[in-house]
Amino acid sequence: MNLIQFKAQYEELRKLIVDSYVWKSIFRHGYKDTARNRVLMTASNVFLHLHPSKMRRHGIKISYTWCAGGLTFLFFLILTVTGVILMFYYRPVAEYAFVDMKYLQFDVPFGMVMRNMHRWGAHGMVILVMLHMFRVFMTGSYKPPREFNWVVGVLLLVLTFLLSFTGYLLPWDQLSIWAVTVGTNMARATPLLGHEGPLAEQMQQLTGVITPRYDARSFLTAGTIVGAPTLLRFYVLHCIFIPIAAAVLMIVHFWRVRKDGGISGPL
Amino acid sequence: MQSTIPGSEGITKRGDERNLWTRREFFGFAGWGAFLSAIGLGLLGFVRFMFPRVLFEPSPIFKAGKPEDYVEGEVSERFKEEQRVWILREKGKIIAIQAICTHLGCTPRWLPLETKFKCPCHGSGFTMEGINFEGPAPRPLERYAVRLDAEGELIVDKSRKFLYEKGEWENPEAFVVL
Repeated sequence: MNLIQFKAQYEELRKLIVDSYVWKSIFRHGYKDTARNRVLMTASNVFLHLHPSKMRRHGIKISYTWCAGGLTFLFFLILTVTGVILMFYYRPVAEYAFVDMKYLQFDVPFGMVMRNMHRWGAHGMVILVMLHMFRVFMTGSYKPPREFNWVVGVLLLVLTFLLSFTGYLLPWDQLSIWAVTVGTNMARATPLLGHEGPLAEQMQQLTGVITPRYDARSFLTAGTIVGAPTLLRFYVLHCIFIPIAAAVLMIVHFWRVRKDGGISGPL
Repeated sequence: MQSTIPGSEGITKRGDERNLWTRREFFGFAGWGAFLSAIGLGLLGFVRFMFPRVLFEPSPIFKAGKPEDYVEGEVSERFKEEQRVWILREKGKIIAIQAICTHLGCTPRWLPLETKFKCPCHGSGFTMEGINFEGPAPRPLERYAVRLDAEGELIVDKSRKFLYEKGEWENPEAFVVL
């Protein structure tokens, strides 16, 4: 069978599928290459409609955007997938956490790949988020009407750091326990809400609850030290709470990007 | 099919005589191919991921003492609690009977006065050899592989079963000759 015949057969099969009732009920606009039909194709498909139906020529200049925002989102998706896969084996309990991590590393096929994708991807996402912020700053993309999106972006930056910080405790080894001990100790110095912070005495006289046992730090650690309750708390924050908050803010962030003239568009 | 996109006049159209595939078709194949193979390989890897290489489960093989520990013609309930197995010493051989009723998986009781196994759930009855003779149980009780190790100790292997209806009770691995 030569290539010409192969192509003819391929075209026949393609026509059979594309012209079928089922296919047309899903993809309603065919491939007619006109400007109007391209917009229709994009707008009538749940996956494609997330893209703009029209891109400015300016918007695909990699030298301008560095793709940093989009790559950050890609990394977030990778981390979500690998994180959920890791959840099949990891138990956030003091007795099991460390051995489950070792089990994943040594006894589960592809476990090492999943764990390392999750860890390196986390580092990568933090770096990319910073690069993205730097690019947005240098190109002046925070200026009106995009100033609100800058604020959303700052919140997303904080959530990214919090995801990193909460995830750091989960291996439950010496490194992570002491790192989180140091990190949560900083919360002692929270103004008003930390028991060693500014205005702590005044708050204590006023409310009587800002003590080492009831303050911003013990809110994080679920106690006065980093212990088993901290692990469970950080796990729930890491897997449920912060990702959902970040996803909501991301939706807002991307929506505003589109509404404020698309990526990198001059206004 | 006239394209209305400015600047696309020179682009090869589908059906052009000079090329079999347009550049766009080729990149379409390549892109979808890469995407689908990545998804497919990832899916295969995930399926493999779900089957760990090491299981932290009790071993299906356990030691059951010496043959002399068992009295001929008596069913021993020594390992019923721990392993769900009865050890039965008959004339000249020892067998291991699985203490799982073939009806719905309850644990029958050994009634020495009536020399039968009786399941408390629905009243299935089995003879000392494990043959079902009353109640809803559809098949005789299953047997496990038994052997003697170098020290002459009984080894029961619960990973291997022998079914009467398949004629496997005659299998030399299903009993130990004394």
